[in-house]
Amino acid sequence: MQRSRGFLGVALALAVGGMADSAMAQSEIKIGEINSYSLLPAFTEPYRKGWQLALEEVNAAGGINGKKLVVISKDDGGKPADAQTAANELTSSENVAMLTGTFLSNIGLAVSDFANQKKIFFLAAEPLTDAITWAKGNRYTFRLRPSNYMQAAMLVEEAAKLPAKRWATIAPNYEYGQSAVAVFKKLMSEKRPDIQWVEEQWPPQGKIDAGPVVQAVAAANPEAILNVTFGADLVKLVREGNTRGLFKNRSVVSFLTGEPEYLDPLKDETPEGWIVTGYPWYSIKTPEHQAFLKAYQAKYNDYPRLGSVVGYQTIKSAAAILAKANSTDPDKLIAAAEGLSVPSPFGQITFRKIDHQSTMGAFVGKTALKDGKGIMVDSVYRNGADYQPSDAEVAKLRPKE
Amino acid sequence: MAFYVVQFLTGLASAASLFLVASGLSIIFGVTRIVNFAHGAFYMLGAYAAYTLTERLSGAFGFWAGILGAALIVAAVGVLVEMILLRRIYHVPELFQLLATFGLTLMVEDLVVLIWGPSDLLGRRAPGFKGAVDFFGQNIPTYDLFLIVLGPIVLAALWLMFQRTRWGVLVRAATQDRDMVAALGVNQKWLFTSVFALGVFLAAFGGALQIPRDAVNHAMDLRIIVDVFVVVVIGGLGSIVGAFVAAVLVSELNAFGILIFPKISIILVFLVMAVVLIVRPWGLFGKPEAAARRTPGLTLNPWRPLTTQERMLALAGLILALAVPLVAGNYALTVGSEIAIFVIFAASLHFLMSVGGLASFGHAAYFGLGAYGVAFLAKLAGLPMLLCLLLGPLLGVLGAAVFGFFAVQLSGVYFAMLTLAFAQIVWSVAFQWVELTGGDNGILGVWPEKWAASPSHFYCLSIGIAALAVAALRVLVFSPFGFALRANRDSPLRSEAVGIDGKRIQWTAFVIAGGIAGVAGALFAYLKGSVFPDSLGISLSVDALVMVLLGGVDTVSGAVVGAIIYKALSIWLVSQTDLSKLVLGGVIILIVVAFPKGVVGVLETIRNRRRSHSKDSSLLRSQIESAE
Repeated sequence: MQRSRGFLGVALALAVGGMADSAMAQSEIKIGEINSYSLLPAFTEPYRKGWQLALEEVNAAGGINGKKLVVISKDDGGKPADAQTAANELTSSENVAMLTGTFLSNIGLAVSDFANQKKIFFLAAEPLTDAITWAKGNRYTFRLRPSNYMQAAMLVEEAAKLPAKRWATIAPNYEYGQSAVAVFKKLMSEKRPDIQWVEEQWPPQGKIDAGPVVQAVAAANPEAILNVTFGADLVKLVREGNTRGLFKNRSVVSFLTGEPEYLDPLKDETPEGWIVTGYPWYSIKTPEHQAFLKAYQAKYNDYPRLGSVVGYQTIKSAAAILAKANSTDPDKLIAAAEGLSVPSPFGQITFRKIDHQSTMGAFVGKTALKDGKGIMVDSVYRNGADYQPSDAEVAKLRPKE
Repeated sequence: MAFYVVQFLTGLASAASLFLVASGLSIIFGVTRIVNFAHGAFYMLGAYAAYTLTERLSGAFGFWAGILGAALIVAAVGVLVEMILLRRIYHVPELFQLLATFGLTLMVEDLVVLIWGPSDLLGRRAPGFKGAVDFFGQNIPTYDLFLIVLGPIVLAALWLMFQRTRWGVLVRAATQDRDMVAALGVNQKWLFTSVFALGVFLAAFGGALQIPRDAVNHAMDLRIIVDVFVVVVIGGLGSIVGAFVAAVLVSELNAFGILIFPKISIILVFLVMAVVLIVRPWGLFGKPEAAARRTPGLTLNPWRPLTTQERMLALAGLILALAVPLVAGNYALTVGSEIAIFVIFAASLHFLMSVGGLASFGHAAYFGLGAYGVAFLAKLAGLPMLLCLLLGPLLGVLGAAVFGFFAVQLSGVYFAMLTLAFAQIVWSVAFQWVELTGGDNGILGVWPEKWAASPSHFYCLSIGIAALAVAALRVLVFSPFGFALRANRDSPLRSEAVGIDGKRIQWTAFVIAGGIAGVAGALFAYLKGSVFPDSLGISLSVDALVMVLLGGVDTVSGAVVGAIIYKALSIWLVSQTDLSKLVLGGVIILIVVAFPKGVVGVLETIRNRRRSHSKDSSLLRSQIESAE
């Protein structure tokens, strides 16, 4: 049986050897993009539309210093190991200038570790974990989306104004849920030493048995609830909570729930008055956003989700970094990216030199029902730059190089 | 007090949902012996179809007609699947049908996204069951009450159907001894088709009934499939009452467990299953499995070591493989290393499955333990790479020794499910023990040292270790130990009579397989530079199973070919298309139909047929066949 391996090895070698030979054309610059397209289509489809729009705009405006920008996109199937295979293909066979993308935190970390090892520039698009810029940060990795800490800090600012003293938490039982609750609790208790944490529930991600969870939280009789679940779990939680009256006369603070990806499926069951982070595309009237919205709707005849903005801004930022560096050398790219300010649909954002986190912010507002659909009202844009720990603390969090 | 009553009722409602799906699986397995991996896919299709129908049809009547109609439509799809696909493969070795249904599941996951779009869909609430009733200040949703009543009604209906109708008598007879039923002149084909249709109907009905409380999405199948398997096994295979009791047990333990341990849900069902199987090896209501009759045709080609000529060919193949770095680029070499690692992993499971006759559903546990062993040694103890590679797999050996001891006390599907339970327990420890393992963010920075860092060096290292592992396993197969293991697999009674200590032999085989899987895991950690709980997960265990089945269970080293085909194909497809699951599933189904004994199994049969023709020994062959 071993001989078959030989035959296949040769076949593989011939097939891929051929690909490696097709050297990068001088007239184009390639970006390698990785995301969980098959596992999380609800988020990644709008995301893909977003970056495709950005790519079109960049090339229509003359590309990167005259060179055409090309994005080669790969699916990671939601597995860190497969994401590394894809990253390897993109860097070894496709000779991309940089890597971008990823959604799940563990995949973001796997690719960032790969980037550090192979000395490739990596712009993480979606992963929220604080570790990617702090505890496990490295000089090759930058991140676009507001981190877990930043979103928690934005929510705490509102939550601390609530009179509620007895708090319960519901979060998916994995790193994202755990660190979201930990940061929220820490920041909240600093601002409001008088509050009590009376109950916590940790349903498995994607597998919430909502009835017992809702009942258990209700039994602790909290005055306010912090929710971190999203997606199908959120729908089940909201439905059970509505039927069982869990949210009646209780304040709820909820991560990400205002994002169209998660709010829209709730339709007429959207609970009202939750304090959430999100993206109210229908009520952002700034000229930058209007331009983006118009272009997006013209191209796709659909409204943008938050993923669209993230995808769009990822490629826009990457293009700006490549243009400024005027080189594909990783060190020059890092130098160009550190402290770089770029326009975005949410206004100007900056990639911080200290931890490579962008200052892209998020909208904080309240959920409401309008014509049988969930929307965000009273939403205010919170600039990411204002929701960071002090520079001294950040320096302590990041490993020394 | 009111709270506990309500919590109990809530648990019952969850149990009813679980039971509907589990009962279908139990019926299908009991009669056809098909491990229907696609049961979750039918559940999901039921929910999607019900969503479409209930959105189209208005009013209360429309809603309920939509639910029932969806279940019937999906049942019809199930009948088609049974007639077109499964009927072709009833005669092949057990578990091979798992491969077909696995391929089907992969296809359905992509198809629902293509048909219904990527977003989560919110179905209507059930007319008449929208609100809640007040119970001493606690709210009980009326829909929960509806489900609580529906569960026992379905149970009673099934019980009556099985006890009071001729069809039911036949099904029960087939559950006990399907060969005898066939011998008595019952048309098995239609019996199997009707049973499969009923099972799929129940799955789809269970899925359709979820739309008032769930969001319909493309991950529903995976959320439920493992849980229902566990419920069926806890209850005892083929026992409907057992499935009901198990569903109630699991759901109530969850409902009350989360009050004390809020993080228990993630592992609860597996803990319950492990405890139940250790105490009652055939589940709560199951009976000891009758000794399976060997399928005729399996033992036609006795295993033999390679001839000198074949050895030279294998050696030439190895040398060719080692020459690949001269022509291939870095990416091809890294993919090659990954394939070599999976050859080791699949070969270790193949040893357990085909030589030991023990199909493990949780083999990834030892792969992952090997990987974590390396990560701990390299990151915490700072040992050099060579030492890590040698010592890391010992964690896999240790795990296999502990879990194997309990697992080999069981056999068949119960053995498989106990290994799955152990694997999930190990996975949840790695997932939860954030301080040590980093939780799902994993352990990063486990890169190889300089001497092995270049892709070509690492490739040669992986190929070398793979060749050693496969060769060592072959030597074992034809050693006295291997003969004892095979004797025990083919006839436990006879081998016991000649003084073979079957359990000890199986345990040893389990530890060997675990250790070699650990070696694969150790290499994998260095290949990827990081370790995540994924490498202990169910999907990796299933991958290994698929590789072994693809290659052919009844071969000496079929897994090598199975691993190469599956891994190369899946890496290539994932890189080429976002619909990789659809294509991969389709290819698997084609292979299942074209190579019903696995790729290598069929090739060997063809070769042997040719050989026996040339020697004109067909007379001898038919004698063996009739003796079976």
